[in-house]
Amino acid sequence: MQRIGVFVCHCGSNIAATVDVKKVVEMALFEPGVVHAEEYPYMCSEAGQSKIASAIREKALTGLVICSCSPRMHETTFRNAAKKAGLNPYMVEIANIREHCSWIHKDMEEATKKAVILARAAIAKVNLNAPLTPGESLVTKRALVIGGGIAGIQTALDIADAGYEVDIVEKTPSIGGRMSQLDKTFPTLDCSACILTPKMVDAAAHEKITIYTYSEVEKVTGFVGDFTVDIRRKARSVNMDKCTGCGVCQEKCPSKKIPSEFNRGLGNRTAIYTPFAQAIPNVPVIDRENCIKFKTGKCGVCAKVCQAGAVDYDQQDEIVTQKYGAIVVATGFDVIRLDQYDEYAYSQSPDVITSLELERVMNAAGPTKGHLERLSDGKAPKEMVFIQCVGSRCADSRGKSYCSKICCMYTAKHAMLIRDKYPDVNVTVFYIDVRTPGKNFDEFYRRAVEQYGVNYIKGQVGKVIPQPDGKLLVQGVDLLDNRRILKEADMVVLAAAIEPNPDVRKIATMLTASIDTNNFLTEAHAKLRPVESPTAGIFLSGVCQGPKDIPETVAQAGAAAVKVIGLLARDRLMTNPCTAQSDELLCNGCSMCANVCPYGAITYETRQVNDHGIREERRLAVVNGALCQGCGACTVACPSGAMDLKGFSNRELIAEVDAICR
Amino acid sequence: MSIETNETFRPKIVAFCCNWCSYAGADLAGSSRLSYPADVKIIRVPCSCRVNPMFILRAFEKGADGVILCGCHPGDCHYSTGNYYARRRMTLLFSMLDYLGVENGRTRVEWVSAAEGVKFSQTMNEFVEKVRSLGRNVRLEDLRCRN
Amino acid sequence: MSKEKNQAEQIRQISGVNPLRCMKCGKCSATCPAFEEMDIKPHQFVSYVQNENIEALVESRSLWKCLSCFACVERCPRDVKPGKLIDAARQLVIRQRGQNYLKADDIPELLDPELPQQLLVSAFRRYRR
Repeated sequence: MQRIGVFVCHCGSNIAATVDVKKVVEMALFEPGVVHAEEYPYMCSEAGQSKIASAIREKALTGLVICSCSPRMHETTFRNAAKKAGLNPYMVEIANIREHCSWIHKDMEEATKKAVILARAAIAKVNLNAPLTPGESLVTKRALVIGGGIAGIQTALDIADAGYEVDIVEKTPSIGGRMSQLDKTFPTLDCSACILTPKMVDAAAHEKITIYTYSEVEKVTGFVGDFTVDIRRKARSVNMDKCTGCGVCQEKCPSKKIPSEFNRGLGNRTAIYTPFAQAIPNVPVIDRENCIKFKTGKCGVCAKVCQAGAVDYDQQDEIVTQKYGAIVVATGFDVIRLDQYDEYAYSQSPDVITSLELERVMNAAGPTKGHLERLSDGKAPKEMVFIQCVGSRCADSRGKSYCSKICCMYTAKHAMLIRDKYPDVNVTVFYIDVRTPGKNFDEFYRRAVEQYGVNYIKGQVGKVIPQPDGKLLVQGVDLLDNRRILKEADMVVLAAAIEPNPDVRKIATMLTASIDTNNFLTEAHAKLRPVESPTAGIFLSGVCQGPKDIPETVAQAGAAAVKVIGLLARDRLMTNPCTAQSDELLCNGCSMCANVCPYGAITYETRQVNDHGIREERRLAVVNGALCQGCGACTVACPSGAMDLKGFSNRELIAEVDAICR
Repeated sequence: MSIETNETFRPKIVAFCCNWCSYAGADLAGSSRLSYPADVKIIRVPCSCRVNPMFILRAFEKGADGVILCGCHPGDCHYSTGNYYARRRMTLLFSMLDYLGVENGRTRVEWVSAAEGVKFSQTMNEFVEKVRSLGRNVRLEDLRCRN
Repeated sequence: MSKEKNQAEQIRQISGVNPLRCMKCGKCSATCPAFEEMDIKPHQFVSYVQNENIEALVESRSLWKCLSCFACVERCPRDVKPGKLIDAARQLVIRQRGQNYLKADDIPELLDPELPQQLLVSAFRRYRR
């Protein structure tokens, strides 16, 4: 039997003016288990707290009920007070007689009656409470960053600078990501490579950063502070330690006609290749699907020309297993496929390109060496048309429902750069809305219009019709004067929507991080916890969380790093003790609870059970206390009633219901 | 046996409020001094999905006249998906209760955010009014506990 | 309910279109082959229905110039389908007159070799009973 003390607070006159506190004390003493009850003007004050402490000691109390303000206000205060006096903090319950009673009722008798009932419910609960201790888990002081784009690099650098080990896992042969494909960046028009390459070099040179390129995350187990991850290092066929990066192998490789992924298929690469000149690491990989040696067994030119003897055709995939305390997802984006947009003739004409392809065309290291030219005949265009919102803001199944956010700005950038470099080229932009929220963004767009004479027309283009003479007839409408516009363009650039990297689904499943209907990772709270996943220990950086430009990505990458550092700086984690718990005698291993758990906290193991003298092997649900957040979804899903939530158990809640309905 | 008129009938109403949104909404109703009848007694649960249909049956068994469950708005659940579970479970439970003779007006699910003190108080006023108009509830009885 | 409001509601019901979904991109007009013939342009239909300005819509030339080719329905990124709206407005007129606007017997006389066949097929498809 518990020995319960009830403490009724006046809260000055906040409570005492409408609730007869003396009556509440008097009535509380009739309740089972109550051995002490008193009232005091301010329970939360130093004096009030010491009253509680001395009552705990003198009356050997095992449970407390504080009738006061909302538990959201002072539950922690009173729990700490109890803890100091030697009582388990989870033996304290609050009856909210201020916000839920005295403040909303005028009639003293009515309010007092309600306060008594609320106190009764709290007492009934404390009678069933059991002391709870938070669990502890150790933190592995190492972070994993999935994705080696600007988001991943920035996060890794920030974490490493704080003194923690970081590993970057990148799927492609080099870090750098989408940003390395860009020519210039808005709104300052810096050359993308000039600002990115130093960061890539920093990351590679940092003693705390290990980079696994051409690698993928294969398996993740564990929980916050203690993840175990298997990383598959795909066979590069080139020994990273021996290779000097001289590039002779790439020059001599006879299979040269493979579409280059880095140039979005606009240029070719060899079978042994580095994606681009500034690649880090500057070690080529052999694309085994296209290599003549791997296809026919005859060739081996690269091995012959390599003076370092680095080419190794027998290299195998390798699995690296590593422990981490935190994982950052920075998987980035890709542009959507446009094969369903027949009206824009993307698949029919090589002169209809996406904006990312235009980046490669404009780039000095790109397929046209930076000359703006038609990809069909190499002629310089005179008339260029940009079409905005291709696949963004769509309600149909072809596109995406969201605004891709970056297109308005990069189109203004492209238009401006073209007008600057080739003043005789006419540039027309068909837009629906120009969205430029960002520092110096609208000014940038206005400059494109006012200084560079880019022609902005409001209205989505209806169709693009390739003409026999190679021109592209663009059919649109100027919505502001209701005029049909038929424009003969030489090139058409489509601002295709961006979408999360398709691999993110697989990764999210491994991490039990939730994703939304658009495959963007969900944040723990849209406003207050934007860089954390609801799954503890998983953090989000960059476009994998939602469309954003480079400045925002870098900002978010830094924010994610801070959260990771905050986690890694701790030696141990205290876990919330109010977690679910399964009764092994009742559990039948049906998996209902695991299906509803949003955190993947429930696993199954087969264990010996002694059920009233019968020993047998049973499949049982096991809750991981470090992962469980205590929502209680499983407790209701459990058909056998085995699952219960500590701190809000079935018996406790039913006791409250009973006390209220009595 | 006394016959109560609806004027003097004070229903017993149990409100389950999730800790993150609705309980905070109720606190806000309190600090904004938005009154609702004292017949409503709030039980704090971590999430609306913690409310076992058993608790509601128990309340009706013990003489409650109405039970209301409040949670975060869809999509805002602190635990991502808890309120969706609650919504599905309650839809089934309430239709079964209706079949048993506990009218639909005595049960309700409402989404109240931490900023919706006004909505909380309005909801409670409406709900109490509704339950009052329905009068005293029949008590559910657990047949296993007879005699 | 005022007459206009009632009519707007009817158009919404017949067409199954929710004009509120429109983001005013104008792709319907851009894609419309009869654009030049119309006084009220396809992208404006939505606003007319939304603003319950039905009288003007019903009296417009556009009502009878739409070819029902459904290019706008096909390409609308927001699934608003202005073609269906205009179609519904026509239905409204026809229903008011209490009869079919065209009798089947009248058609051969009106047939013009220049008339796109697609229009005929489409019209029959839409109006057959």
